[in-house]
Amino acid sequence: MKSDITFGQYVEGDSLIHRLDPRIKIVIALIYIVVIFLAKSATAFALLTAAAVVFVLMTGIPPRLIFRAMRPLVFIIVFTAVINLFFMRGEHLLFEFHFIRIYREGIVNAFLIVLRILLLIVATSVFMTYTTTPLALTDALEQLLNPLKKLRVPVHEFSMMMTIALRFIPTLIDETQKIINAQTARGADFTTGSLLQRGRALIPILIPLFISAFRRADELATAMECRCYTGGEGRTRMNSLKSEPKDWIFFSLILLLGAAVVCLNRFFPLVTIRL
Amino acid sequence: MNPIIKAENLTFSYPGDEETKPVRALCGVSFEIPEGSFTAVLGHNGSGKSTLAKLLCMVNLPDSGRLWVAGREITSPDADESDVLKARRDVGMVFQNPDNQIVATIVEEDVAFGCENLGIPPAEIRRRVDDALAAVGMTEYARKQTYNLSGGQKQRVAIAGTIAMNRRCVIFDESTAMLDPMGRREVMEIIRKLNREQGVTVLLITHHMNEAALADRIIVMNEGAIYLDGSPRDVFGNPAAMWAAGLDVPQTTELAYKLGKHGVDVPLDLFDPDACAKAVADAVRRKRKPTGGGKS
Repeated sequence: MKSDITFGQYVEGDSLIHRLDPRIKIVIALIYIVVIFLAKSATAFALLTAAAVVFVLMTGIPPRLIFRAMRPLVFIIVFTAVINLFFMRGEHLLFEFHFIRIYREGIVNAFLIVLRILLLIVATSVFMTYTTTPLALTDALEQLLNPLKKLRVPVHEFSMMMTIALRFIPTLIDETQKIINAQTARGADFTTGSLLQRGRALIPILIPLFISAFRRADELATAMECRCYTGGEGRTRMNSLKSEPKDWIFFSLILLLGAAVVCLNRFFPLVTIRL
Repeated sequence: MNPIIKAENLTFSYPGDEETKPVRALCGVSFEIPEGSFTAVLGHNGSGKSTLAKLLCMVNLPDSGRLWVAGREITSPDADESDVLKARRDVGMVFQNPDNQIVATIVEEDVAFGCENLGIPPAEIRRRVDDALAAVGMTEYARKQTYNLSGGQKQRVAIAGTIAMNRRCVIFDESTAMLDPMGRREVMEIIRKLNREQGVTVLLITHHMNEAALADRIIVMNEGAIYLDGSPRDVFGNPAAMWAAGLDVPQTTELAYKLGKHGVDVPLDLFDPDACAKAVADAVRRKRKPTGGGKS
């Protein structure tokens, strides 16, 4: 169990998207999301869907993993689809049964909303969670939010907290397992009984875990002080992120995609969706 | 040689609360650590050796007495945070629990952490980190996750972190206590190399007699005061005093001492088992000859 803990959902790989500057990836994901919401015509959606498929193929991530990312959101997807289907009013009535009225606009809208959510998931997983390590994401966020330091937002402190949290997740998972074993050896029972009993059985695990976490935090703070840590002020980084031409090329392609979507909205509105 | 650490009459008590009295951990400790030396501090649990370590790396300030670290008097009335910070650039510490001193998830990022705090330019950090990783033999692990390393490897990463900061003195606070014998050997090897090859002052706090025997000088702590201070030969040459303080001597010394009582003369300062075995064999042979070797 020890060696194969992967944080988040990062899938190791060496594709172009994996190797992009994480800062650019965050920006690209944001632009792509904005473009998804700008899209209004069927042709624009076709283009965005095609782009999403190309991105997935580029990363070399098995498509079933992408579908897995969608699974937790199935309820939301179905819910929005149903709401749109039944409550959207339009001009072309297709079906009527007592109070249920389904319009053509409703069907189109439900379909496009679902498509939007799916594209959203694909964009965030392809550019962020699946191809960028949490550590790189943290670093990238720190550097992207750097200007906020002028407004006294403790950007560095937040990113340091994230880094340390990521660093200690496997350590604490191990520790939890040890405590569970120790309490089981003393006769604790975590697997039977009512929900309340099981919840109560967790207390002998949580208390030692918290005590140990606080002790670790104290020791770590001492160790960091001894290594001359004084906060973000005057600090340098060994691996400062560098953007290369390929990052900017990719960035321009996304901007082009956005421009194309806007043009398609305007000039080829096969189906225009009004919200 | 200038002492890198100088202590005069240090005292320290842990404050008690309503129910417990304050605990006196150090009562009047004075010593000097010359630059470039290799000193071991021995003592059983509660002897004050870890308290001393905490004072020396400025985690705690002494209640009274004076302390100079890297030429700055930390205890002087006008010393402030910046003096402590400057002293910490020269004197570092490697702790007991390898897990609780590693900050980053990637080996090389952790080694770089101290240098990043000092504000060193990235290219220079890169060079220092590569050198430091090579010095502890962890180059091939540079991009690996710290979590998957063994205890000994984690301590080597921690040592690399202090090497990269170009520190003049490193205090090891029972850094091998949580390691298996293999890891302990690796780490001790690197500590010796650090002292011999790079001239870094080493202060090794330990309760392992065999590790202490590698030092040039041993300070034995007992009940918050310095009990014995001298070369390993002096300190272990007096096993009775060590036993009186509830401490052991290396097994080789104990053997030699007990043989000596039975008239077999073996030097007390052979800490290597093979060398000791050879000396015992020689001594026994020598002893047989004058008596005529009745059986042979």
